[in-house]
Amino acid sequence: MANVVVVTSGKGGVGKTTSTASLGAALAKTGQNVCVVDFDVGLRNLDLMLGAERRVVYDLINVIQGNAKLAQALIRDKRLDTLSLLPASQTRDKDALTEKGVARVMKQLREKFDWIICDSPAGIERGAILAMRHADTAVIVTNPEISSVRDSDRIIGMLDSKTERAESGGDIEKHLLIARYDASRIARAEMLGVDDVLDILSVPLLGIVPESEEVLRASNLGAPVTLSNPVCAAARAYQDAARRLTGEAVAMSVPRDRRNLFGKLFGGKAA
Amino acid sequence: MSLFRLFRPQASAPVARERLQVLLAHERTFCGRPDLVAKLQEEILEAISKHVSLDAEHIKVTTVRGKTISTLKVDIEIPSETDNLREAG
Ligand SMILES: Nc1ncnc2c1ncn2[C@@H]1O[C@H](COP(=O)(O)OP(=O)(O)OP(=O)(O)O)[C@@H](O)[C@H]1O
Ligand SMILES: [Mg+2]
Repeated sequence: MANVVVVTSGKGGVGKTTSTASLGAALAKTGQNVCVVDFDVGLRNLDLMLGAERRVVYDLINVIQGNAKLAQALIRDKRLDTLSLLPASQTRDKDALTEKGVARVMKQLREKFDWIICDSPAGIERGAILAMRHADTAVIVTNPEISSVRDSDRIIGMLDSKTERAESGGDIEKHLLIARYDASRIARAEMLGVDDVLDILSVPLLGIVPESEEVLRASNLGAPVTLSNPVCAAARAYQDAARRLTGEAVAMSVPRDRRNLFGKLFGGKAA
Repeated sequence: MSLFRLFRPQASAPVARERLQVLLAHERTFCGRPDLVAKLQEEILEAISKHVSLDAEHIKVTTVRGKTISTLKVDIEIPSETDNLREAG
């Protein structure tokens, strides 16, 4: 049975799009049929992260408005044939995303794929609500930082009240993904730790993704980090998180402070 | 990162944690009511003020969200000087 996942956060720039692409590619690598859907109308980025920006012909709004069939808008990844992208439009008006239209497209996607991963826009407005509306599962992306945690808390409140599952008295499965984790700053108690964030939000942990140069490199290359460098720490964190999403029990590894004492004393980056 | 900071870490995260806990208790919908925590804090303050002189900052209300139950935690700091006690009634 298909599983619809929303990747959401409230706050902008915390790593939703990066996480959507990386988790999507990690799941697709295991042979699952995955579609990543860009709900960030007007600010689409998921196509860039997947290196598919020049292949976009039709988008989610064309499909909603009936100007294109779903099959015409879907872009299959060149590296992984189990991974597809449904892009957002860059120019069109946000109001073109209608409640009914989104419901219809999600239903069609459920028939085609095992996993549908929706990249939510930032904020707590209509676009974010439409992205979470049909989800079975939510991945809440949080940075260990006060404003991000606060916004995640509001998003959790919305997941519990504004989704179809919540409205029908059911429960949406929630997971917390801590992204841009900076072990050295957390060790110095300059940033909230994993326990702080978990205590405050009381949502089970899906994974901890370290702050990583490899993530930037991957976005420059137009490949999710789980494809561009599957052995780096960030990619491994996403791969483990993807396995946990499928229900597998995987031991949690907390990224370590990679600077040794020399690094601490002189500010150098020792590996 | 200097030697100086290594030996005197600035632990600002605990402050962030505490501020968040208090803030979120007030922002969360509790028992389906968005303003309930603020109201409870007000009324608790009122009840205790009848006996002890207290300010709003002496009461810290936090919530912990659970799957089936949520809990409300109320910490009340009562000044220890006996002359703060008021006549009951
Ligand atoms: N683990 C990481 N390490 C380093 N940089 C990261 C990491 N995760 C994300 N970034 C960078 O942070 C920036 C924001 O990431 P991303 O676009 O995924 O966030 P977003 O939540 O989708 O943002 P928006 O709310 O604007 O849609 C990007 O430049 C991305 O490369
Ligand atoms: Mg984004």
